[in-house]
Amino acid sequence: MSADHDGANLLEVRGLTKIFGTLTACDHIDLNIAKGEIHALLGENGAGKSTLVKMLFGSLEANSGEIFWNGEAVRITSPGMAKKLGIGMVFQHFSLFEALTAAENIALSLDDGSPISSIAAKARALSFSYGLPLDPDSLVGDLSVGERQRIEIIRCLLQTPQLIILDEPTSVLTPQEADKLFETLERLRSEGKSILYISHRLEEVKRICDRATVLRHGKVVGHCNPREETASSLARMMVGNEVKAVVRAPADGIETAQPLLEIRALSRKPATPFSIPLKNINLNVRAGEVIGIAGVAGNGQGEFFESVSGEVLQQDAASVRIRGKDAGALSITVRRLMGAAFVPEERLGHGAAPRMKLSENLLLSRHATDGKVFVGTGGAVKSGAVYAAAQRIIVAMDVRKSAPDPEAAALSGGNLQKFIVGRELDRSPAVMVVNQPTWGVDAGAAAHIRQALIELARSGSAVLVISQDLDELFEISDAIAVMHNGELSKPLPIAEATFEKIGLLMGGAEPGHAEHTLETA
Amino acid sequence: MDITVNILLTIATAATPLLIAAIGELVVERSGVLNLGVEGMMIMGAVGGFGAGYLTGSPWIGLLAAIAMGAVFSLLFAVMTLSLATNQVATGLSLTLLGLGLSGMMGTSFVGQPGERLPNLYIPVLTDIPVVGRLLFGQDPIFYISIALTAAVMWFLFKTRTGLTLRSIGDSHTSAHALGIKVIRYRYLAVIFGGACAGLAGGHLSLVYTPQWVENMTAGRGWIALALVVFASWRPWRVLAGAYIFGAVWIGQLHAQAFGIPVPSQLLSSLPYLATVVVLVLISRNKRLTMMNTPASLGQPFVPDR
Repeated sequence: MSADHDGANLLEVRGLTKIFGTLTACDHIDLNIAKGEIHALLGENGAGKSTLVKMLFGSLEANSGEIFWNGEAVRITSPGMAKKLGIGMVFQHFSLFEALTAAENIALSLDDGSPISSIAAKARALSFSYGLPLDPDSLVGDLSVGERQRIEIIRCLLQTPQLIILDEPTSVLTPQEADKLFETLERLRSEGKSILYISHRLEEVKRICDRATVLRHGKVVGHCNPREETASSLARMMVGNEVKAVVRAPADGIETAQPLLEIRALSRKPATPFSIPLKNINLNVRAGEVIGIAGVAGNGQGEFFESVSGEVLQQDAASVRIRGKDAGALSITVRRLMGAAFVPEERLGHGAAPRMKLSENLLLSRHATDGKVFVGTGGAVKSGAVYAAAQRIIVAMDVRKSAPDPEAAALSGGNLQKFIVGRELDRSPAVMVVNQPTWGVDAGAAAHIRQALIELARSGSAVLVISQDLDELFEISDAIAVMHNGELSKPLPIAEATFEKIGLLMGGAEPGHAEHTLETA
Repeated sequence: MDITVNILLTIATAATPLLIAAIGELVVERSGVLNLGVEGMMIMGAVGGFGAGYLTGSPWIGLLAAIAMGAVFSLLFAVMTLSLATNQVATGLSLTLLGLGLSGMMGTSFVGQPGERLPNLYIPVLTDIPVVGRLLFGQDPIFYISIALTAAVMWFLFKTRTGLTLRSIGDSHTSAHALGIKVIRYRYLAVIFGGACAGLAGGHLSLVYTPQWVENMTAGRGWIALALVVFASWRPWRVLAGAYIFGAVWIGQLHAQAFGIPVPSQLLSSLPYLATVVVLVLISRNKRLTMMNTPASLGQPFVPDR
């Protein structure tokens, strides 16, 4: 990194280091951001991207290192200080207040004391001028994730920052919404603003970013011009080695295969005022196929998963059928005994008990289905057998851990996910339902999980995958259905599906589909 | 007619301490802090108010002492839960136990002594108007404070930016912190305000309601105030309604018992609780509004990640 101040750099970071306990999250990071550029920050989950931007925004304090703003050394000790300098941030996990209106949310981050009514008008004007329409009086709890992100962006723009940090902004958007965001970003760039863009989606980085800094394990491993790189060369820089491509063998004879998971006219009232009702969902998943469910987060996927897994029971027992038997009113354990397996979205608290060891977590989910193996006479746990099985899964899924049998919470998100998916795959279930299988999992491990799901299907199981990651669904699915506002579209066979078609459905282009019945293709 | 006016006046006197303590706790809970120590802060206010009034001969100094006592006592809770991030439920419970014990010890020499009573308002002509005169212009000063306080808290929470900030902290302290809002400072101020209110409510008991010192004289009113806040779904005017319903049924059943109507007295004594719960549940039927008004981060300790 050149250390000279030529005046063109808005932000210069030198030797920034952050240590959490024994982990060095950021290790002597150097970064330059010029005026009027879109700068990408690339890296796997856990590479230190979020820690770095939190230090730039003042919500974390660095252990050592220097930050220069317009050539002057600064210490950013609080978000308020960052704002004063002219740094704005759009968070990955939104920092919005659900019980307040959009205007109130925006007002909270402005310090000028102007009345809320004038903020509402300003926000409306600004949002329309950037093509991000927004109703300032709506309650945030009622808005979709895409709309929430608009509030974050408008809130950020109202502070007229010089540098805008966006943390994985497109992970929750439809392709069309993402296009709109890119237009906004390009417009901001032409106004001379700088943008630090964090993403793991390499195609979009290639498309809009001028320069890129790549992080791996907390260190800068390279700077490049993303337009001159290929997606796979960028991936190699991030991961450090070649990522294996997922292979999807053709699914033969599916047309005549038995449906193992049937969803019939599944409806559900909203459980809380902020959740989505499910409306007459019909779907068949046959032996040997992978069906993907796409959709912007918060369109009922969570509610749908709960109904299918049995976390919430259905009134109508026939609305969920597993291997030809009604299961809608049966508990999770009974559904598991029928041959189904479930991987929920939340790892800690749903997929695993955080403060229990991996082997104990294995026993918790499989004591019923594998009673003979794991539980001996008189209900005594065969801890040797459980431990051995846990180790088998750890090896099969390449789970990286610090102790032989650590607590679930001690694993990184990606490694815990590998264990949870592996725990269910190890049973070779006839029906597998997974919600967000590779969310926050690094590229190598994600490829491993995806391949395992395809192979499970090809060995004769029915696999249903709910995911926000369209690339993932196109990689593994034989057909993709889209969930929008509690309704599920007809599954599109993968040969007919395109990003554009799925994107339109995600945005709600096909409002009603009452005519849609049981058949899948 | 005079009897009706007298009954209405006793209802107001019964409802006032509940209202003040509950309004204070409402502000605390809106900031996301659950302080179960209301009973303890109230009794400390009662003993402090009585003691200062008795020793100086001025009930007004007693009033200020009651407020100060509650505020200082709540500071103990604030330091524990906010700076040291202890469990709020356990800390609040121990604050109540400590307050009950400590006040008993401090008050041993006050037992049986005649106390100073805050004089009722008297405005010539206005107070002498039949019926409404005494209701509107002839009550004790704390009654007027309680009404003004309710209106002020309503205005503060829903019409000012600071109030909006306080509510946002109660909704999500992590989001508030990310925006650069000083979560801990706001919560300190809210807890101290709640303590001052509880102290004032206690002072009402020992300076107006029964101007004397009796051990445990709060008799569970702090707990009722806490319950009122929840049943009123954290909205000031509902707290007002709840406090007055409770007061009205309380006074009503006392009169019923005095008449000797053939209903077990235990049942009559439980009526105020039942009636308040039923009414407040009925007006809180709107799930959506309740959800919007419930502080989502209530009771969770906040430790900024530094």
